[in-house]
Amino acid sequence: MLNFSKINVLIIYLLFTFVALFSFLNLQNDKNQLINKKINLGLDLQGGSYLLLEINSDNLVKEKIQSKVIPTKKLLKENEIKFNNFKINDDNLSLSIDNLEKFDILFNSRKNNLVNPYIDNYRSHELEYTKINKNQIKISFSKFGLLTINNSALKQSIEIVRRRIDDVGTKEPTILQRGEKRILVELPGLKDPERIKALLGKTAQLNFRLVSDNNEFGTDELISENGEKLNISKRIIMSGENLIDAQPSIQNQNNEPTVSFTLDRLGAQKFGRVTTDNVGKRLAIVLDGEIVSAPNINEPITSGNGMISGSFTFQEATDLALLLRSGALPTPLIVVEERTVGPDLGEDSIKSGITSLIVGFILVILFMLYKYKIFGLIANTALIANLLMLIGVLTILEATLTLPGIAGIILTVGMAVDANVLIFERIKEELKTEKSIIHAFDSGYTRAKITVLDANITTLIAAIILFAFGSGPVKGFAITLGIGIITTLFTAYFLARHLTSLVVLNIKNKEINI
Amino acid sequence: MTNYNFSSKFKHANTFSVILFFISIILIVFKGLNYGIDFKGGTLIELRANNIEASSIRDVLKNMDLGDVNVKKFGKEGDFLIKVEQKGNNNKLIPEIKKNLSDSLNSDVNFRRVENVGPKVSAELLQSGIIAISLSLAAMLFYIWVRFEWQFSIGSILALFHDVMITLGIFSLLSLEINLSIIAAVLTIVGYSMNDTVVIYDRIRENLGKFHKLNISEIANLSINETLARTIITSVTTLLALFSIFILGGEILRGFSFAMILGVLIGTYSSIFVAAPILKYFKVSYKTIEKEEEKIVP
Repeated sequence: MLNFSKINVLIIYLLFTFVALFSFLNLQNDKNQLINKKINLGLDLQGGSYLLLEINSDNLVKEKIQSKVIPTKKLLKENEIKFNNFKINDDNLSLSIDNLEKFDILFNSRKNNLVNPYIDNYRSHELEYTKINKNQIKISFSKFGLLTINNSALKQSIEIVRRRIDDVGTKEPTILQRGEKRILVELPGLKDPERIKALLGKTAQLNFRLVSDNNEFGTDELISENGEKLNISKRIIMSGENLIDAQPSIQNQNNEPTVSFTLDRLGAQKFGRVTTDNVGKRLAIVLDGEIVSAPNINEPITSGNGMISGSFTFQEATDLALLLRSGALPTPLIVVEERTVGPDLGEDSIKSGITSLIVGFILVILFMLYKYKIFGLIANTALIANLLMLIGVLTILEATLTLPGIAGIILTVGMAVDANVLIFERIKEELKTEKSIIHAFDSGYTRAKITVLDANITTLIAAIILFAFGSGPVKGFAITLGIGIITTLFTAYFLARHLTSLVVLNIKNKEINI
Repeated sequence: MTNYNFSSKFKHANTFSVILFFISIILIVFKGLNYGIDFKGGTLIELRANNIEASSIRDVLKNMDLGDVNVKKFGKEGDFLIKVEQKGNNNKLIPEIKKNLSDSLNSDVNFRRVENVGPKVSAELLQSGIIAISLSLAAMLFYIWVRFEWQFSIGSILALFHDVMITLGIFSLLSLEINLSIIAAVLTIVGYSMNDTVVIYDRIRENLGKFHKLNISEIANLSINETLARTIITSVTTLLALFSIFILGGEILRGFSFAMILGVLIGTYSSIFVAAPILKYFKVSYKTIEKEEEKIVP
């Protein structure tokens, strides 16, 4: 075990140098270096906001099932299937029909099925029906129908969230899908996420609807911005989808902040027609079910440009314009988890993390020197090499360093010497029975090998499981702990062994103290 | 090599361990664990403000009808940690609390950390924490079963279970907070304690092959003594690193490092006084490992 061929030695030191050199890349500040790799700091160290958003597709399901009412009735009428007791429930339609067999064939046909489309990639229909009793059935979305609704809502939400966050202009945001219903948002450097949360918390569904004179069927009673009760027609003249741009502006007459918008061609036509036909009436601008303002239509607006006023502050006008530009979210988003760390706490954490790393490191080094003298020096050299390699690997992987991650490095320092301690203690034992020092060292290394491996693999297993199940900062701990074990094995078994062999082979068979 | 007579103390140690183990379970079941917001849901705010008292923060929050509110000093003078138990998702709660505190306290308030975990997420985090610990125990069981014999595998798992339960028992006794980093600590303890146990087991297996005349208690005693120096040195270096984190690593890592310190102490104890003597009850002898060798080399 103490014999190294020249080529082996070369490989060991080249590998070490290569990996260790990467650790120094973290010292450079210049971004235009040849190799631009660095350890990323986690949000808990650099400060910033972590948000986990969840979509709620219940409303969407309700809307979608309602949109099935007319096609279903049409299908039944066209095919002369009599039905009654037609009810619209939250997530299903229930009805009684007289010819279930015929309905079944129509409902489950694969071609040109307008009521219940067949989804090819899931090999399933969008809807399914269940028999409640003899001729009463319940139509609801199939598992895959729900999945399709959910997935498209999630994809769309991610897109809108990205647009809104980009529009606010935070640096390097991360926006990722998490599971089936969630969106993870990381905003480094953001001190106060309240504005972003407010922007993401609004679906921003904008409608233009006429104010009706009476409370006849087909109107909603809404409260206007100045407390007036208004009956608003349910018919949507135009929605936010027709907007191509929105900008905050200041109205010249009274310096009031407003939002001016531009409509697409279709929107401009619709808007022109309605404003022409309804001069003198009031038009309500409804955002997420609340009236923003309900101005009088003084003259036809055919240019496709309009303005929303509603006693905004300039900030509110800016945010509303941003929301309208980015488009409406398909469903409301709820913040289910939020973690924000201020920049000064991050700095404090780095400071205390580094301080405890240095102190822990020095204590371990002194202890090993005291305990093993010259071989302690070898173990310590291996420990420093280990630390450089660990940081090097983290740099190569561009891993994210968190506060628990720093703790993982310190812990690695404490536990890394174990491999060398195991070996040295074994050699001590071998020296008692073995006359040749070289033999004693040799068999010490051989015999300790299995134990060192076994002992480290157990910790590695724990680190892997922690990586798989941990979240955020804890994952950072698992990464440093896991990589630390691998660099520990390398430095103990190659570097330290080679250094030991140099010492042992040089002193030959003189007295040796370990 | 040391020559302590550990085997004479095995009996007392076993009784001691069993008692501690059951006290821990009783504590965990009846007193319960003090879950942090990660697992219970709620809001946590760390703030820094000069010349204010915890009581004045409490007074401000008392008027907000927030349910259970906990305010305590956190590390340095002027640093406070507020925990608010809150049900359901209310996106406006945090800005309201922040505004009320900024307005009412006669001092500049620096919100250093704000965390909010909804009830659904906290339930999931707790679940994945429990799965992670169970899975790590199962993985260790499997690894030792592959590398050693089943007796060793059961012995090491019992020792691990002992370590985890007693650590959690102490956390329950002292009402220390259980959060995500404590789960990380427990998993690391599992790894560390296993590491310690494996070293002794390795030696026991080796000695079983060497000394056919000794019984398992004598073998265990011999093996523990042979590896004792290593056991102590590694514990010392690990503890040096951990105490450095505990004292200098800041408030956030304190719970984590405390759990690890407990775990290293208990894990070292259990490797010697639980994992090794337990083999006696499985009637481990040199025949156990011979059988295994026959199996491998037919």
